[in-house]
Amino acid sequence: MAETAVRMEAGERTTTRPGFLSRIFLHNLPAKIAALPMVLTVLVVFVGCTIWTIYYSFTNSKLLPTGKFVGFDQYERLFATSRWNVSVWNLVAYGSMSLVFTLVIGFILAVLIDQKIRFESAFRTIMLYPFALSFIVTGLVWQWIMNPTLGLQGTLRNLGWENFTFDWIANPRMVLFALLIAGLWHGTGFCMVLMLAGLRGVDEEVWKAARVDGIPTWRTYVSIVLPMMRGVLITAIVIIGSGIVRLYDLVVALTNGGPGISSEVPAKYVFNYMFSGGNIGQGLAGATMMLLTVLIIMIPWAYLEFGGKGRRA
Amino acid sequence: MSQTATMTGQPAVAQDTSGPRGPRPKPFFTPKKVILYTVLVFFSLYYLFPLYVMVVTSLKTMPEVRFGNIFALPTAPNFDAWVKAWTSACTGLNCNGLAPGFWNSVKITIPSTIVSIFIAAVNGYALVNWRFKGSEIFFSILIFGSFIPYQVMLYPLVMITREMGIFGTLQAVIIIHTVFGMPILTLLFRNYFASLPQELFKAARVDGAGFWRIFFEIMLPMSLPIFVVAIILQVTGIWNDFLFGVVFAGTQNYPMTVQLNNIVNSAQGTPEYNVNMAATVLTGLVPLTVYFVSGKWFVRGVAAGAVKG
Repeated sequence: MAETAVRMEAGERTTTRPGFLSRIFLHNLPAKIAALPMVLTVLVVFVGCTIWTIYYSFTNSKLLPTGKFVGFDQYERLFATSRWNVSVWNLVAYGSMSLVFTLVIGFILAVLIDQKIRFESAFRTIMLYPFALSFIVTGLVWQWIMNPTLGLQGTLRNLGWENFTFDWIANPRMVLFALLIAGLWHGTGFCMVLMLAGLRGVDEEVWKAARVDGIPTWRTYVSIVLPMMRGVLITAIVIIGSGIVRLYDLVVALTNGGPGISSEVPAKYVFNYMFSGGNIGQGLAGATMMLLTVLIIMIPWAYLEFGGKGRRA
Repeated sequence: MSQTATMTGQPAVAQDTSGPRGPRPKPFFTPKKVILYTVLVFFSLYYLFPLYVMVVTSLKTMPEVRFGNIFALPTAPNFDAWVKAWTSACTGLNCNGLAPGFWNSVKITIPSTIVSIFIAAVNGYALVNWRFKGSEIFFSILIFGSFIPYQVMLYPLVMITREMGIFGTLQAVIIIHTVFGMPILTLLFRNYFASLPQELFKAARVDGAGFWRIFFEIMLPMSLPIFVVAIILQVTGIWNDFLFGVVFAGTQNYPMTVQLNNIVNSAQGTPEYNVNMAATVLTGLVPLTVYFVSGKWFVRGVAAGAVKG
């Protein structure tokens, strides 16, 4: 439809067949002007900057990105740096726990909310409001709650529970769980909203059929409804996953990487090397590894979603 | 009487009203329901607890905080900590409180929201109604680009903005927010405009209206709902941003989130937890207000964000 309009316009404008250049630039001109920011964003930022970063990650740039080509040196150094390896391990550990728990809690909450309960919107409001807050606020509140002397631990000890321990934030082996509690607080409500939309999208007939067949409710959820929500699940996994790879603000606010380097994450490593470490090559190599991680998540999804040539619009 | 009954569609045949009708009423306190509500309330406490702690702590005095009971309500609630957080909390040697950060955030959020939404709306409109060769390809890359970690593009963008002479200014942050808000907003507007009846557009074309005239006089008046969703999405998103603010805004223009983090995490001397929490509440107040006022619209915005890709 739009094409017809466009063709009509082309017919009006030029009686002779327009030249190649004028067809590219002048034809449908206002639309091209309107789309210019998008074209620039795509070409300069998403494609240009990404290629630039990948290229310069193979140089020995220090304070300025002017170094000479050194092959995979930066990557070898990267994986020989304990801080980077800790970061990657943290991301894998935190990421897998966060993904699983977010999905499971999100789904359970959605199922509970979907039981025709009273005060549904009140519960939903309470569960989603953390998502409106920034990671900085989230991190700082939980930092205060987990404060070993005056926070939850101190309070319960003062109240008489002498050996209650909740010092995860100061304990290198538990700090990831502290991060997890704050992260789940922020993100599970969002997952719940997605899942609830998915649940509500399931046809009522399916439920009736399952009831007639005498299938228990939990079984219907697990074996029938969940597979039907495949689209929502994949969307949720992709969004949560790409959020996890970006994890930065929460760590900065909650632990700032500490104690020691025990809660460092790749995004923070990259940031520090780029802007305060004076070793741009390292930062860029780390950034490229982050990109690679996202691609590993994205490509199977893109293949599933768009692979079957226009299977989905 | 019987006539009115027939008229209102009531069955004329007298029903057996002797026994109870309808499904058997369920008692409210079935074991299943008790468990259901217990779990829901338990989770609600987990979600509400930080908000409670934040507000309660901010209303206490420091001696009371040191007493070590984060559950306790303040004995004499006062806003001293709020005043201090707003006007005189220190980051390093700077003791101006959060107020400058608040105004910086306002100065960043308002223009960024307007610019990013306008550009994305026009863009979405062009993508639906004025397709040109390659427009769909650009759009696909735009959507996939939204999944690239920001760190990948950060350094080159610093160089570009420095080259343009705007690094460390408000303009730079506004441009960055426009660029990174574009994928989701364009998707939002594109889907919305695609759902409008094409006949409107065609009729306007036949009547000789051009690109901008159709946009301003036909499309805009019909797209108020999607603008509300976009505004909610952008205001909360930009207000909550930390990374772009800390990189591009420059020390003078640090947004509220950055100043909050500096106040709390780089404080010298004994930390004043009540001031810290007051500052945290203050920073969270804007998005929380947007959230509670907008209600269902926020959920719509979030759900719209979810269909990206």
